[in-house]
Amino acid sequence: MIELVIAERCTGCNACVEVCPTNVLDPASAGPPLIARQEDCQTCFMCELYCRGDAIYVAPDCENPTPVDKDAILGSGLLGEFRRNHGWHEWEADPRYTNEHWRMESVFLRARDVAIAEAAQRTGELGGKQRKVHAMPVTSPVA
Amino acid sequence: MNRSRGETLELTADVLVIGGGLAGTWAASAARRSGASVILVDKGYCGTSGVTATAGPGHWWVPPDPPELRETAICNRKKTGAGLNDADWMARILALTWESLPTLEGFYDFSTDESGVKQYRALRGPEYMRALRKLVDSLGVTVLDHSPALELLQRSDRLVAGARGIRRQAGGDWHVNAGAVVLATGGTSFLSRLLGSHTNTGDGYLMAAEAGAELSGMEFTSYYTVAPVRSTMTRSMSYAFATYYDEDGAVIPMPPGPETTRPLARAMLKGRVFCDLARTPEDIRAHVPMISPNFMLPFRRWGIDPYKDRFEVTLHGEGTIRGIGGLRIVTADCRTSVPGLFAAGDVATRELVAGAISGGGNINSAWAVSSGQWAGSGAARHAAKNPAASGAKPIGQAGLRPGGRQRDVDLGATLSAIQGEMLAYDKNIFRSGHPLKRSAETLDATWAEFDAHARGFGTDLLRTRETAAMLATARWCAASALARDESRGMHQRDDRPETEPRFNHRILVGGLDKVRTRLDSVRPLELAS
Repeated sequence: MIELVIAERCTGCNACVEVCPTNVLDPASAGPPLIARQEDCQTCFMCELYCRGDAIYVAPDCENPTPVDKDAILGSGLLGEFRRNHGWHEWEADPRYTNEHWRMESVFLRARDVAIAEAAQRTGELGGKQRKVHAMPVTSPVA
Repeated sequence: MNRSRGETLELTADVLVIGGGLAGTWAASAARRSGASVILVDKGYCGTSGVTATAGPGHWWVPPDPPELRETAICNRKKTGAGLNDADWMARILALTWESLPTLEGFYDFSTDESGVKQYRALRGPEYMRALRKLVDSLGVTVLDHSPALELLQRSDRLVAGARGIRRQAGGDWHVNAGAVVLATGGTSFLSRLLGSHTNTGDGYLMAAEAGAELSGMEFTSYYTVAPVRSTMTRSMSYAFATYYDEDGAVIPMPPGPETTRPLARAMLKGRVFCDLARTPEDIRAHVPMISPNFMLPFRRWGIDPYKDRFEVTLHGEGTIRGIGGLRIVTADCRTSVPGLFAAGDVATRELVAGAISGGGNINSAWAVSSGQWAGSGAARHAAKNPAASGAKPIGQAGLRPGGRQRDVDLGATLSAIQGEMLAYDKNIFRSGHPLKRSAETLDATWAEFDAHARGFGTDLLRTRETAAMLATARWCAASALARDESRGMHQRDDRPETEPRFNHRILVGGLDKVRTRLDSVRPLELAS
């Protein structure tokens, strides 16, 4: 769940307040938005993606708050990594962060081939004993 | 959340769309393109709400030429659908999805593959929903963010003619009189911590049932997705290369293919289960952050190398999200069994296209794109004949207008009761008649108490209503699972292992005070051979 909105980096744009699907943050009259309802955070990381200042840290634990040290997080290099990998905003034209989501289907197909090859190898090791290999259905659970 | 600020925002439109995810945005765009004035309300933010924004849907994607390609795809799917899906509906979503995705050019930056061919099939979630938000904005749809709907408005002649809800950031209420309403509120995971699903609490099912709508296929709710424990990261792609281990470090045998839920759940009922992704080829590892940028987030932040280290995993229930059931569809333009009320995406049953097994991301996304547009244009046509007018009555019951004396009801305990029946592996995956009957009784008793006494106020208003929706949904699921006294597709009954011809029908369910099921006898279906 969301743990930090770091004042030194926050530009005060309140995008996180607007885009949070579960309405966790409140705008403040001065300073960064307040994490007003942390228990409602669904740990979806959307606030980080929309934060141009890379001021937000969401801890992966979705069940309980995580004690975090602000300076350690600032020094970790983790802030902004998600937005950069998405190639958003200033990273948009950077060829290192192009959207390769279209490869997903081929990854599933590779996995199927690997599984079939491994099953065939096991069958061989079992001295030719027949084992049924189910091919992955055409509609893999992609999402 | 300061609801004392502000008055009621009164608006009128031809079409009101409730829910701004994948199906809702496609619905709003189609209604607008049909010439209707459109208001779209979202519980959260249209662009990040719902399960598409955090995922990356492929779509069911088969070229029109040569025609045998689609015929074969439909034929294969008809076999796996165990007799509950329909070839015409499948052909319709294949055709409309193929036409629709390229129209997002200019809103979504489609990638090209190594040979320069543009790739339309799979869109990355945050960019997809950002594009659809831009699309509806550009078409002149009025979007109200952070404006959850609480209840529908219905006329004395049964026509649904609007809805009302709250504005949780702006303060006050909203009230929209509309010629027609499209529900696109998604399925529900019963707050299982499935990624991105916590806005999806089944609100549309409850609102529609209060207007008299029927549901279908609610027995198909036993799909689960693996994630590292204490995380929401239910991104399934990389687990195609997973190796699973029990507490003693022994490898848990898995059948090849994606159907890992049952063996994993069986192992988890015995003890903790661990996983590594060491079988992932090196070249794929390098691409994962650009394919699914969120997948690595928990690992990076916990200092785990999933390709080397073993980490503990769990299964998050998908409920009706990658389950199948939802509101019954009675016309080709996705009307529910109530006039003026249309349904799109996961709030509608996907049996028509998926059959008795999960539609996964591919078929469900194609369904959302297509059913959204049919519902949107259908609603626009309906509204042209039935203009918006004031005078329809708000019809919400549970959590809003208790049948008996209002008193405090423990929302947390109610949610635990729902989750105990709907998410527990031993009850929901390995099904059997007696435990299902006990589930139904437990949920009925919880409902009776809740319906009689719960009334949400202030900051608890929305949560109370969401809890009512999940509780009502759970009752329909349990009753349908009992009524399907056989095994078929996703619904596996240990006490009834066979598939029986007398159940070659969809199971319809509805009712609030008393839940009733019946076989859909309108259109007998033949089992695909």
